[in-house]
Amino acid sequence: MGTGTEIGRVRGLGSAKAGAHHWWIQRLTAGSNLLLMLWFLFSLLRLPHYDHATIVAWLSTPFAAVAMILLVLSVFWHFRLGLQVVIEDYQHDESRVVAIILLNFYTFAMAGFAIFAILKIAFTGGAV
Amino acid sequence: MSSNRPRPLSPHLTIWRWGPGMAVSIMHRAAGVGMATVGAILLVWWLVAAASGEAAYDSFVDIFTYKNGSLNILGYLFGIGLTATFFQHMGNGIRHFFMDIGANYELKGNKLSAQATWVFAVVATILYWGYLLGVKG
Repeated sequence: MGTGTEIGRVRGLGSAKAGAHHWWIQRLTAGSNLLLMLWFLFSLLRLPHYDHATIVAWLSTPFAAVAMILLVLSVFWHFRLGLQVVIEDYQHDESRVVAIILLNFYTFAMAGFAIFAILKIAFTGGAV
Repeated sequence: MSSNRPRPLSPHLTIWRWGPGMAVSIMHRAAGVGMATVGAILLVWWLVAAASGEAAYDSFVDIFTYKNGSLNILGYLFGIGLTATFFQHMGNGIRHFFMDIGANYELKGNKLSAQATWVFAVVATILYWGYLLGVKG
């Protein structure tokens, strides 16, 4: 492996070996997003009211709480992969690395807040 | 080491006639970015407000509703905006599932299905909000 041209440094190394996994997880989560988001939208339609008591009673049921946690995991994983591709298309060199690190922080922080909130509602029935 | 000095480019983005496939492609990305930012922040805000008690939840709801409980301009903007965005992304996502298995690359079918995603998004949004506002009241 030479140290001269850029093509010379990478020639013969093959692919980064992670592209197919990224592609597949993007499709897998697209499928689970489809099911979970349709469940979420129809559940919202079927709720009798949208006040605190109704939302908390709904999210306190095991089915709704688990489905909502699965929705957060699936949707957030999907958008993390999608935003990574957007960043890779428009950002280069150092700013790309910084943007992807910030994307990871954003995704995990948001998922953390969402899942904790769902669990707190499920386990305490919304009591403060 | 600068790995990205300007490279010579062949004329690629500017010489093509704008078509439905290109429009839904960039819309798919814009919709995804919109939902990943605005949509995700609103979802997390809503969940955290609900978990923080009735007062916190009511102050969240107050931003998007009038005193009588009906949606205000922000409620309609984010509500209809996000559902329409979701249905467009979903419609084109399903279209991509077919392309992923190697189908629907014929020019006519590809163009038709691209246009169909707009129709689906508009119809699904009207049905959803029609039921929410009209049937449920």
